[in-house]
Amino acid sequence: MGKRVGMEVSIAAAEAVRQSKVDVISAYPITPQTHVVEHLSEIVANGEMDAEFFCVESEHSALSVCVGSEATGARSFTCTSSQGLALMSEITYIVPPLRLPILMILSNRTLSAPLSIWNDHSDVMSIRDCGWIQYFCENGQEVYDHVFIGYRLGEDRDVLLPVIVNMDGFTLSHVIEPIELIDQEKIDKFLPPYAPIYTLHPDRPVTMGAFALPSIFAEAKKAQEVVIRSSIPKILEVWKAFGDMTGRYYQPIETYKAEDAETLLLTMGSFGETASVAVDTMREKGKPVGLVKIRLWRPFPFDAFKEATRRAKRIVVIDRAVSVGGPGGPVASEVKSAVYGEESRPMIYDFVAGISGRDVSPSDFIKMVEKAEIEINEGNKEGYEIYGVRE
Amino acid sequence: MTKPENEWTWKELTVGNVILEPGNASQYRTGDWKTLMPVLDKDLCIHCGLCYIYCPDMAYNLDADGFFIADLFYCKGCGICAKECPTGAIKMVVEQEE
Repeated sequence: MGKRVGMEVSIAAAEAVRQSKVDVISAYPITPQTHVVEHLSEIVANGEMDAEFFCVESEHSALSVCVGSEATGARSFTCTSSQGLALMSEITYIVPPLRLPILMILSNRTLSAPLSIWNDHSDVMSIRDCGWIQYFCENGQEVYDHVFIGYRLGEDRDVLLPVIVNMDGFTLSHVIEPIELIDQEKIDKFLPPYAPIYTLHPDRPVTMGAFALPSIFAEAKKAQEVVIRSSIPKILEVWKAFGDMTGRYYQPIETYKAEDAETLLLTMGSFGETASVAVDTMREKGKPVGLVKIRLWRPFPFDAFKEATRRAKRIVVIDRAVSVGGPGGPVASEVKSAVYGEESRPMIYDFVAGISGRDVSPSDFIKMVEKAEIEINEGNKEGYEIYGVRE
Repeated sequence: MTKPENEWTWKELTVGNVILEPGNASQYRTGDWKTLMPVLDKDLCIHCGLCYIYCPDMAYNLDADGFFIADLFYCKGCGICAKECPTGAIKMVVEQEE
């Protein structure tokens, strides 16, 4: 076992970036991402890390710098939140088809308006379809671990895709947690130097990012779509290798007391730990409730999800973003699509809860489960509401 | 290009759609965008080369007799050369079948 220390999660994330021997860091400060990049700039300025730190003038530039540096073969990192991601969004769509395995930590924060600095998932949902591999982390250890996992996976020649590690703003980013640090020798073994297929180099000229006529664009998109869909075995393989090294094995869909559960709570990100407390309380009272947590959001692990939920009668989805004017929250919408073709499918009730950082306690999860069970038993098939709103 | 774009399958594309053959833009016929083409009146031409300098597609080349002539394979028919020509030697005319 490595050393276990009390550490702010943002600092642990920055330490993971240092241990990953990143060559280029490019970022623009925004709450609640700041502690990650502040710590990295200190490490670089102190000469404790052999990297270039680019202080750019915007998030659009932050990711653009990473595109250029990654194209030369430099391992690159950026980190942002909320409005910063919105400003960066143009470039987020450009990275995956160029097959540049940049890693970004998103310290998830609400998108304005109203202006808010607190946590929910509206920022990342705005770029849901951009083609990055996307993990959601439940605690600081998972954030730290997924920096190594993300680089190893993204840089695999069968994958070569960028990776987003979602870390709930404040709830995770500003909290001090026990983190088990991994020895550098182990990291070096797990994460070999980046060996790209093509790089920008004057001696070997290539064109990256050329335009495509309608006669070839669809072929390029299909190639991108197939690569991310077929990356799941590799994602599992990397998690397995990481588990063999650390004893921490991750899965695309994780469950807690779900085996015999009639009602499943479904969460993504840091809500998982609070929800598990609620599950324990309900179990003590003999209620067959379990928990399903989505760790891998893109590519969506349809098979693992169906397997984890096929015995349940009801799924109570906790969404952290609103799809305004749409079918409910983005997670519920996804989950409904996932089970639509199944012969016997669970009823789904969707709560948007904890938007803009409003606290959701174990008792709130219990209330949501009770409300959903009543509504579903009364025949409500379109269950969707924003939880806890004052009428 | 080894074969036309509309014959490539998605499996044949390079990783990241990288183009390995540098300078292949010269194989791209932009000349078929135009409706008007420049025609030079050699009697009025003073060989100043402004058409060559201003042409945004570098379509003009110097011929053996010292005249700058637009290569219609690349010329998009924008008319900048005709606009800039100080003696009015270049006229834009409706493109005709050769």
